Amino acid sequence: MVSEPTGLAIEATGLVKTFGDNRAVDGIDLAVPAGTVYGVLGPNGAGKTTAVKMLATLLRPDGGTATVFGHDIVGEADKVRGKVSMTGQYASVDEDLTGAENLTLLARLVGHRKPAARARAAELLEAFGLTEAAGRQVKKYSGGMRRRLDIAASIIKTPQVLFLDEPTTGLDPRSRNQVWDIVRIIVGQGTTVLLTTQYLDEADHLASRIAVIDHGKVIAEGTPGELKASVGAGSVHVRLRHADRRAEAEQLLNKILSVEVRLEPDPVALTARLSGTVSDAGAAEQAAKALTELAAAGITVDDFSLGQPSLDEVFMALTDRPATTQEESR
Amino acid sequence: MTTTTATEPGYVPASESLSAVLAKGEPPPRPSALAASMAFGWRAMLKIKHVPEQLFDVTAFPIMMTLMFTYLLGGALAGSTGEYLTYVLPGILVMSVVMTTMYTGLAVNTDIEKGVFDRFRTLPIWRPAPMVGYLLGDAFRYTMASVTILVLGLIMGFRPEGGILGVLAGVGVLVVFSFAFSWLWTMFGLLLRSEKSVMGVSMMVLFPGTFLSNILVMPETMPGWLQGFVSVNPITHVAASVRGLMNGNLDPAELMWTGIASAVLIVVFGTLTMRLYNRK
Repeated sequence: MVSEPTGLAIEATGLVKTFGDNRAVDGIDLAVPAGTVYGVLGPNGAGKTTAVKMLATLLRPDGGTATVFGHDIVGEADKVRGKVSMTGQYASVDEDLTGAENLTLLARLVGHRKPAARARAAELLEAFGLTEAAGRQVKKYSGGMRRRLDIAASIIKTPQVLFLDEPTTGLDPRSRNQVWDIVRIIVGQGTTVLLTTQYLDEADHLASRIAVIDHGKVIAEGTPGELKASVGAGSVHVRLRHADRRAEAEQLLNKILSVEVRLEPDPVALTARLSGTVSDAGAAEQAAKALTELAAAGITVDDFSLGQPSLDEVFMALTDRPATTQEESR
Repeated sequence: MTTTTATEPGYVPASESLSAVLAKGEPPPRPSALAASMAFGWRAMLKIKHVPEQLFDVTAFPIMMTLMFTYLLGGALAGSTGEYLTYVLPGILVMSVVMTTMYTGLAVNTDIEKGVFDRFRTLPIWRPAPMVGYLLGDAFRYTMASVTILVLGLIMGFRPEGGILGVLAGVGVLVVFSFAFSWLWTMFGLLLRSEKSVMGVSMMVLFPGTFLSNILVMPETMPGWLQGFVSVNPITHVAASVRGLMNGNLDPAELMWTGIASAVLIVVFGTLTMRLYNRK
């Protein structure tokens, strides 16, 4: 049914949305290849939700243009609506109704007659492991179940583009993994997924390309590998046994790794951001060398870890400031 | 409700079953305007089923109004409550039902705050369908209120001259007018920011709208300037039509004015509602 996707699913140029004085989206360009997961990464209030809402025809842009499979999101909104579906940040299902009623309602709204709508609802509930909860009101669902119902509601009619706005925010790790698996299966069937997230980790696991958004602008774009390379390979965290050896350890690390070493508030802890790219696989090597040298100098290391670059570090690198939550906007 | 919210069995997304479900997602032809509206009407009925308390305002409130006004004003205005009932009961019916229309605005307003509203708006369906759906559910509520009042009226001694047909026709006219009038509330529901402000505006419209009419007292007893307002108030014409139909002495002009008022309400506030809905 979804024919082999080629080219761009979404193309946006200079999208702008303002709310009063707040330029929530301030000139965003996006090019989302068809049939892939595209991650939009950024802190709360960066403009992710606003951007997605415009692409899903829920908000009218104040500037710029965007197309979904060639259809203009303003001029051909109805055609766009026929191709997309959206799972909002907050459950886009009716909490007063049961799971089965929600899906039956939406199945009727995509054009099924009542018996066919019921059947479609039943098979979706089954596939999403919600058959047992089918007759229960959604307000009694757990966060993970609600999210699954929400995604099920989005694929009643298999969309060509699925927008997932922070699909795992607030979920426990198991539910998060379930959502990840579901996303992979959906993309495997040819649907293009545009996913917003606050977690680099999530974008890294799912997306083939990522746009980093801050203050309504795209500040970086690329594959997860490219992005991480731009921030360095990660960080080495070290905890010493004795605080009085820290100055010595700092000098040593600085010399071996030739990067700046940060002294943590904890008097025995240090962090060094590694340079180099992921591709030359230098991170582990550099860290091992650092450990060896510390041991050789007789400095006892109690704890050690090699961390992936976090969203915070991506932000530090890209904006020279931490990814603090910006002013909340709608 | 008594058990926990998270009685979740270990679910593992299965590639085969999910893929199978996705492969069957071939959309049927898009639903007609009527089918989409009916689906939303069904949603409204399900909400009544799950939250039956909301019917309180279409049962208890009308009973209270009928008893209060009949016994409070009946003796003073018409000499006896029996005679007054013939005049006032159709009016009370109009007043109660028109007052319950404001819940449409509240329902719209509370719904927009929720994510489900966004989902409806991304569906390629006839745009007014969600709004019409609310109103279809509300038409059921109006009918409930009407039946409640009529049953109570009959018990109290109301004997409509117009017979069963006249009574049914009266209720029909009232439900149609209320459907039209509700578009005012869908507009305010979309326009105003909070439930409280919707409530406030509703009261500002409904109190003068229903009291400054011929519902409770004959306009002849009012000062001239007030009679002027009362005679252009559409609710006066609705009350006169319902009263005429039920008591078997209908003035066709009243029915015509009711029809015109309904059409104007739908055209004006329906258009404004849809503009707001599309812009939201």
